Amino acid sequence: MINLLLLPIILPFFFGIILLFFPKQIKVQRTLVTVGLIVSFISALILMAKVKSDGIQTVTLGSWPAPFGITMVSDMLSVLLVTTTIVITFFVVVYSFTGIDEEREKFYYYPAILFMITGVNGAFTTGDIFNMFVFFEVLLIASYVLIVLGGEKKQLRESIKYVLVNVISSALFVITIALLYSVVGTVNMADIALKITDIGQPGIITVIAVLFLLVFGIKGAIFPLYFWLPGSYAAPPMPVLTLFGALLTKVGVYAITRTYTLFFVHDTAMTHGLLSILAILTIIAGCIGALAYFDLKQIMIYNIVIAVGVILFGVAQMNDAGMSGAIFYLIHDMLIKGALFLLIGIIIAVTGTSNLRKMGGLMKTHAGLGWMYLIAAFGLAGIPPLSGFIGKMLIIQGAFEAGNVWGSIIMLVSSLIVLLSVIRIFIYAFWGEPVALPKTRRRSYRSLMMPAVVLVLISVAYGVGTEWLIPYMTDASDVLLNPSIYIDAVLKE
Amino acid sequence: MEFVMAIIIGILFMAAVYLILSRSLLRIILGTGLLSHGAHLLILTMGGLGGTSPPVLADGVTDYADPLPQALILTAIVISFGVTAFMLVLFYRTYGEHKTDNMSLMKGNDEHD
Repeated sequence: MINLLLLPIILPFFFGIILLFFPKQIKVQRTLVTVGLIVSFISALILMAKVKSDGIQTVTLGSWPAPFGITMVSDMLSVLLVTTTIVITFFVVVYSFTGIDEEREKFYYYPAILFMITGVNGAFTTGDIFNMFVFFEVLLIASYVLIVLGGEKKQLRESIKYVLVNVISSALFVITIALLYSVVGTVNMADIALKITDIGQPGIITVIAVLFLLVFGIKGAIFPLYFWLPGSYAAPPMPVLTLFGALLTKVGVYAITRTYTLFFVHDTAMTHGLLSILAILTIIAGCIGALAYFDLKQIMIYNIVIAVGVILFGVAQMNDAGMSGAIFYLIHDMLIKGALFLLIGIIIAVTGTSNLRKMGGLMKTHAGLGWMYLIAAFGLAGIPPLSGFIGKMLIIQGAFEAGNVWGSIIMLVSSLIVLLSVIRIFIYAFWGEPVALPKTRRRSYRSLMMPAVVLVLISVAYGVGTEWLIPYMTDASDVLLNPSIYIDAVLKE
Repeated sequence: MEFVMAIIIGILFMAAVYLILSRSLLRIILGTGLLSHGAHLLILTMGGLGGTSPPVLADGVTDYADPLPQALILTAIVISFGVTAFMLVLFYRTYGEHKTDNMSLMKGNDEHD
């Protein structure tokens, strides 16, 4: 029993509440949000060391015995995701100091970010399915604030759709939990896993599994359910889009991973077969979208969809290589999407447009931006030794071991399409004849570059330092592949 | 009793889907309200409607109501209340900016601005 694992959830919440009191003092806001994220980051690192040395950490709130109270569980996967979340948020916040207008900063922009981080970290950490719904709502309500903040015409129009889709998927989430509760009579995730093992996954549980896939699929943007994503994500300003793109869909992906490795493991031919097919379709749909547009934002947004497909394809293999590949790729994708969104945010800020046809020749004026973008783009496509490579390689190895030859081939081809779609941005924006640029201050360009460059460097280090990260990844995938470790850790007390 | 509840929940969902698919913003909000009511009733029904006495911890008591669904519903009601309030304000602002409450006039992307 140790409260350490609550700190990465509570600290952002605490700082968010304090920030609510001084909305107009931008200096105080910026200082406190930075301090809050650094403190949360340190607590997440301590937690990671603790999980590495002592195994899974659990807290059951209110000192109730395990299946009755709300349990918070921190295994290696969730602590890795929590740490990555805080890192990305930190850089987005630093970027926001110049990347977002002061009006938004004065209207609770930073508190909303901190509340969203509370929800994201909570959803990663919770060990109770209803509590996961609550944390989903926390992060969703904060994200409603962020997407509509500013009140531009386009933002309002797209927010309606975003809010409506999420309200409906939340209602579906409640319905699914109710159905699951009627079958197993518990909402504690470890206990649910035990009860499902006891009754041996009859048909009704498989139906519930598919319902969960629907619910989290809407949040995570898998194939038939990603329709809302491109329109809504393009509406808010760049730093918000970065946060959404790097973090929010990953919460859905995490939830699918958790439920499909902990609960629904007795009829994998049906459930994981379906997941595998949907993942492949998601990759294909994302590829089509990524090639179809000449808009920077849209191209990158469809790359989010592709990444979701790749990760879930790895999860669906249910073997060692596939699972650790999926975890590798999940964290890689959070880092590299954060970096890429920040970089194209700078391109948009410099050129004043997001239309590829209206840019050109940036290499002559902004060479540093060009090289950073190229490194990040190669990382996304998975060129060794950059970070995307090892994850994809492990996923494909896992898929071949599981006999999904066609899926792996489609995934390999998709890597080429990803490369093509991001290199197209490079060719159009950085090569060719220079286009007259609107006047921007060189100083603001530099302060925008700083967080993006550091994030790219972190992702490079993540790729080059694979060797040191392997023990952490195997720890994470071991828990996913052997649910009994998770169950024992929660119910032992 | 569960049978009656199932029919009521079905009617609520039916009305909710009809309202959400309509074009007026106000009807859509009413629809999401009905949807969450249906979901809450479903939790209550799924917990089992049997049990007539309160769930007080004592030895030998067998006939008691399941307290957990009620706790879950309470949480879900508070959340849907907050979200509905937010939606009302959001939709009102949108109505003010776009001068329309018709969803079919609000489609489109950047090229339409």
